Amino acid sequence: MSNEAVLHAPAGAGLHHEAHGDHHHEHHHETFISKYVFSMDHKMIAKQFLITGMVWAVLGGLMSVLFRLQLGYPEASFPWLEDILGKWAEGGKITPDAYYALVTTHGTVLVFFVLTAGLSGTFANFLIPLQIGARDMASPFMNMLSYWFFFAASIVMLSSMFVEFGPFSGGWTAYPPLSALASASPGSGTGMDLWLIAMALFVVSSLLGGLNYIATILNMRTKGMSMTRLPLTIWALFFTAVLGVLSFPVLFSGFILLIFDRNFGTSFYLSDIFINGVGALPNEGGSAILYQHLFWFLGHPEVYIILLPAMGMASEILSVNSRKPIFGYMAMIGSLFAIAILAFLVWAHHMFVTGLNPFLGSVFVLLTLLIAVPSAIKVFNWLTTLWRGNIRFTPGMMFSIGFVSLFISGGLTGIWLGNSALDIHLHDTYFVIAHFHIVMGVASMFGMFAGIYHWFPKMYGRYMNNTLSYLHFWITLAGAYMIFWPMHYQGLAGMPRRYYDYSVWESFKQFAELNRFISTVAMIVFAAQLLFLFNFFYSIFKGRKVTTQNPYGSNTLEWTAPINPGHGNWVGEIPEVHRWAYDYGKDGQEFISQTTPVGADESSH
Amino acid sequence: MSTIANEAPKRIHPHKFTLWVAMGSIIMMFAGLTSAYIVKKNQSSWLEFDLPVVFMYSTLVIILSSVTIHLATKAFKAREMGRYRMLITVTAILGLLFMGLQVFGFMDLEARNIALTGARSNSAASFLLVITGLHMLHVLGGVIALMVIFIKAYVSSVKNYSSLSIELVGTYWHFVDILWIYLFIFYNWIS
Repeated sequence: MSNEAVLHAPAGAGLHHEAHGDHHHEHHHETFISKYVFSMDHKMIAKQFLITGMVWAVLGGLMSVLFRLQLGYPEASFPWLEDILGKWAEGGKITPDAYYALVTTHGTVLVFFVLTAGLSGTFANFLIPLQIGARDMASPFMNMLSYWFFFAASIVMLSSMFVEFGPFSGGWTAYPPLSALASASPGSGTGMDLWLIAMALFVVSSLLGGLNYIATILNMRTKGMSMTRLPLTIWALFFTAVLGVLSFPVLFSGFILLIFDRNFGTSFYLSDIFINGVGALPNEGGSAILYQHLFWFLGHPEVYIILLPAMGMASEILSVNSRKPIFGYMAMIGSLFAIAILAFLVWAHHMFVTGLNPFLGSVFVLLTLLIAVPSAIKVFNWLTTLWRGNIRFTPGMMFSIGFVSLFISGGLTGIWLGNSALDIHLHDTYFVIAHFHIVMGVASMFGMFAGIYHWFPKMYGRYMNNTLSYLHFWITLAGAYMIFWPMHYQGLAGMPRRYYDYSVWESFKQFAELNRFISTVAMIVFAAQLLFLFNFFYSIFKGRKVTTQNPYGSNTLEWTAPINPGHGNWVGEIPEVHRWAYDYGKDGQEFISQTTPVGADESSH
Repeated sequence: MSTIANEAPKRIHPHKFTLWVAMGSIIMMFAGLTSAYIVKKNQSSWLEFDLPVVFMYSTLVIILSSVTIHLATKAFKAREMGRYRMLITVTAILGLLFMGLQVFGFMDLEARNIALTGARSNSAASFLLVITGLHMLHVLGGVIALMVIFIKAYVSSVKNYSSLSIELVGTYWHFVDILWIYLFIFYNWIS
């Protein structure tokens, strides 16, 4: 009912074409611009997010290959590097400035542009209306704006790579004073200005998107779709949006203070600074730690903004392809909720070595380790969902199982890092890199791949090639472990992150071969992603066509829509929901769609 | 299932709901800033100074504007369109007046040799500028929204009976009003 109110009510939005779209859903006159560019169809916006995210993933991944080249082969020179990077790789060797710029941009791009916008932007847009039974988002117009703000952010971030002194190079966390003083480093000038503008646009995009997701999930569910009948994907995307809406504004306030320090001479973060060649600065009384508090208040929830959508999709895909109900549905929701709450209470574990009061630190240790409880609940529920299931190893399923594997191996090292005493040794070492890349980076990428492989037939009405998918899966899984597993040893040995060259360092010379191994695998894994890209784009146009409405025998609503749904998703009435999303293998039936009314002879409901 | 249940207990309009979530988001931003203010205040070299007196007047102005927008909403629902247009105009003017008074407050501080920005500034004054300035931008957003519905009220040849727009703007306006009252109390007594 409120669906109709939003899509068709003339009030408020003032969107002309909707008035006549009302009467002819199947044949409304869409131009190329309104269908593919400034589209207000959530499915098209999802694809826009996905493909922009993929472009960024390739760029960000390529950056990691470049700086791994430096780490793996510090003595070698590659003349072709000079061809592509110009003065940043004079003589075929990446300069230190370029190295830091690459590391920084890799981090920013992957965390925000790929795993936040690319992941939840894609799947929240695509799945929320389709799985809750809505014709579109609460505000399709805001949804479109959300994408275009992201696009603008992308353009600004991209342009920062082409300015004279390069993009920002002080780390993705943009700590002051490197981020606050234009003269502090080459990238701190124009590069940082553009970084800030891009990130501000990005925050606006996330907020517009997040508001919409929340309003849609809470207000636009179809008849019978109570909150406890929602698929877990939707619950996960809901908590993701809540986290984003509550934490991004705090990051924004941190950025505003940073802008004042940069441009208006205030001293929020700056105190007693001397810059070589510039001299002593007048700023007094600021505190760089204040920025860290504001940053990590976003930064930690951000980790779950990245991870929760992957968890939700893995839950759904594991259940569908095990042909079993998800184990512990309510426990899954409860643990998502617990994670969302705890996400806001642990930010200072990023700051154990900033001179934080040790007593305060111990509170944060306790809260941090508490996250192990809901995480373990989720892991056990995934494993028990698989247990004695009738498993179909579709590519989506493979990546979901891979996600569980990575979440376990990466999560366990979180227990180490959450201890403030151990953190004194491990802080800012390769151990941290290994931990967060496995548990957040690669695991969420796996969630994203799982989602793409699983919902590709719904997105494009065609299948992806399975052989290429399996190749992609095995190379990526094995490669991810081969890249990040050895980093744990380097980290335990105390090897710090963010250094340009370890070969001149007596303590870490011993890792030269290991570094070379990691770099080589990184290149192979990057190349394997090209398989995926080829598979994806080829299948959009040439893939095998989907001929059945519900190819996986899935219960959720998106499979009751036409194979290529138009704007509005369902022809005629939106289906009514009579049961939860996980009636698999009940009473001897393989699956019972959510739209099937409860029969009189059903065992339990 | 009875017909009443079918007609549903009148659900909140999705746009209204979105606005409420957005207000929660704005609250988080100001909560972030005011907690940074408290953290900073407890560190060294914090400048104590009296708030500009004019902030008292701006507080009165913004409270008054909340009253006028409330009356405007009532007028719209009673279809007294002349009164409605007059009242939203007054509200918008009061909003602009509020912003003007805040600027006077900043000028007052500068006149008392309390720098808000620049090398001589203390973050106590800079915080006041940033937080109050951000709030002013939110008021400006409300004024722009008022202008939009004002123009709609004149231009539209189609009679519009939906009070959704004015209700949305009204809710937001009361929100920025309460937000300022919070900030005013915060500056004076909490911090």
